[in-house]
Amino acid sequence: MTVVRISDDAVALALGADKLAAAFEAAGCTVERTSSWGMHWLEPLVEIDGRGFGPATVADVADILAGTSTKDIGLIAEHPFIAGQQRLTFARAGRTRPLSLDDYAATGGWAGLDRARSMSAEDVVAEVLESGLRGRGGAGFPAGIKWRTVLEAKLRPTQPTKYIVCNADEGDSATFADRMVMEGDPFQLIEGMAIAAHAVGASEGFIYVRSEYPHAIAKLEAAIALAAAKIAPFVLEVRVGAGAYVCGEETSLLNSIEGKRGEVRAKPPLPALEGLFGCPTVVNNVLTLAAVPHILSPGGAALYARLGVERSKGTMPIQLAGNIKHGGLYETAFGITLTELIHTIGGGTASGRPVKAAQVGGPLGAYIPPRQFDLPFDYEAYAKADALIGHGGISVFDDTADMGAMARFAFEFCAAESCGKCTPCRIGSTRGVELIDRLRAPSPAMADAVASLPQMHNAAKAPPSRAESLALLEDLSEVMQSASLCALGGFTPYPVRSALKHWPEDFGGK
Amino acid sequence: MSTIELSEIIAAHAGRKGALLPMLHAVQKAYGCISPEAEARIAEALNLSRAEVHGVVSFYHDFTPAPDPRPVIELCRAEACKARGVEALVPAAETAAGARVNLKTVYCLGLCSVGPNARVGDELFAGLTEARLLELVECA
Repeated sequence: MTVVRISDDAVALALGADKLAAAFEAAGCTVERTSSWGMHWLEPLVEIDGRGFGPATVADVADILAGTSTKDIGLIAEHPFIAGQQRLTFARAGRTRPLSLDDYAATGGWAGLDRARSMSAEDVVAEVLESGLRGRGGAGFPAGIKWRTVLEAKLRPTQPTKYIVCNADEGDSATFADRMVMEGDPFQLIEGMAIAAHAVGASEGFIYVRSEYPHAIAKLEAAIALAAAKIAPFVLEVRVGAGAYVCGEETSLLNSIEGKRGEVRAKPPLPALEGLFGCPTVVNNVLTLAAVPHILSPGGAALYARLGVERSKGTMPIQLAGNIKHGGLYETAFGITLTELIHTIGGGTASGRPVKAAQVGGPLGAYIPPRQFDLPFDYEAYAKADALIGHGGISVFDDTADMGAMARFAFEFCAAESCGKCTPCRIGSTRGVELIDRLRAPSPAMADAVASLPQMHNAAKAPPSRAESLALLEDLSEVMQSASLCALGGFTPYPVRSALKHWPEDFGGK
Repeated sequence: MSTIELSEIIAAHAGRKGALLPMLHAVQKAYGCISPEAEARIAEALNLSRAEVHGVVSFYHDFTPAPDPRPVIELCRAEACKARGVEALVPAAETAAGARVNLKTVYCLGLCSVGPNARVGDELFAGLTEARLLELVECA
């Protein structure tokens, strides 16, 4: 009987994988549901004996089984998009069934945890330090240093437990790597958390997943039940977010798990010392924790440290999204350029029009113009160019994009999602929307909404000039960047400033 | 509202660490909203003030104070879907939705390489064209 493999990742499901799987079953095939290879433009991708057919529809079933399909892409593992990658975190992508413990163990699963548990906590932390692994959530803080801080924290009556918290509140547009790990390889994340628990002496863990990911939540809950005996005495639980983007910030995430408003906490105290319920807590992103089992496997840390450039070590699962022809997940060592990612690998825009901009790092990342596409993918190189890598998501825009509208959206998004605790973010975001509307308004010049209030006796009566509005926008950006409590207010000026700098023509005033 | 069921939900979660959010999710799912009465009962069970519970309910987009009987279509309008042209679909979809369907904006469903995307219940739809989105609205 023919064995057909079709992914049950959310992208495949959204493109009709269930109907396709049912059609193959009706045709007498055995259908195995696997994780996704990450070639999203080919989903739903059908795999028979290693050969791929995609994007497949129910109408293609007969041709595929007869061997006459025009959607044949050859051997999947040899496809240039897959063969060009260096997959560590996504080594199992497309190859295993997400909830099969047998598949997981047969592909090296639990080797890292078994080895870690034969080592002292200090040695495990030392290997994570040696690997150079940095937090994949966006800030890029060295994971080993965070773990060491929690390891060295002493338990006392007021702090009776240590916690491992996985930040799976992947709210950035253009990012889906966390979701793919949770849906496609949940045991790897669970293993990473169990290793972290051993390394710092934690007994409980939480995975905080956003409510927009129902499939990831279901897979994780099933996987935790299956792996409970393996990771015991460490216990793990899924907590579901409630639609607040700001809960991706680690301190508001902790408040949310505690059952509070997802407001950001001031730091210090660091969560490593006073985190969840006031106890020492490791808060790491899904990709950080999912990289750990590989690092703890024999020789893993040294291999990881050999990859990458400068202080950006190892591999980064890069997410190619937006208006791109070949979108999906591309894991590779740091140092790759946007030209390679967008043009060579991504095939340019999906619309076939010229690329105008790429936003790297989600809604808080800078818009990068094509003339800067030779920038190497590296935390420090991006910081130097006033940009950020963030969670490794890239949104591509073609030449029809209105960058002024995108800058306005950045402020609008910040206003909608601000937790409201600090003034620069809460009020600055709304003032930013007004400012950009004023800049883009057709003449005559628009009055300032606040200056024209009746109680503003000393404000100028005439509408501000364009130069004054631009100076105010610059001033506002600076205040938000330097005085906001967290990255939401602090980084919103990045997309705004970069859009204004590189595409001033999209801000009116010709 | 059946008060027995509400007390069952409260009892099922009350012993957990950080019980409030799981409890609110369960109440929202069972009743389609978190009513003032439910807020008061939850506050009492968790030894919180009503203001604290109301503060949490009003903070999160997923919790609503009154039920909305309309069918919901969540349409992603974040950057990656904008880059793939979701904004051009919105006017026609809004007209078709009218007052009958709650066409709700969400920011990111995690399908950013194949947008524009929408979610109806736990079902996801990718690569939407105007015709496909209108079909979703009409069938909602």
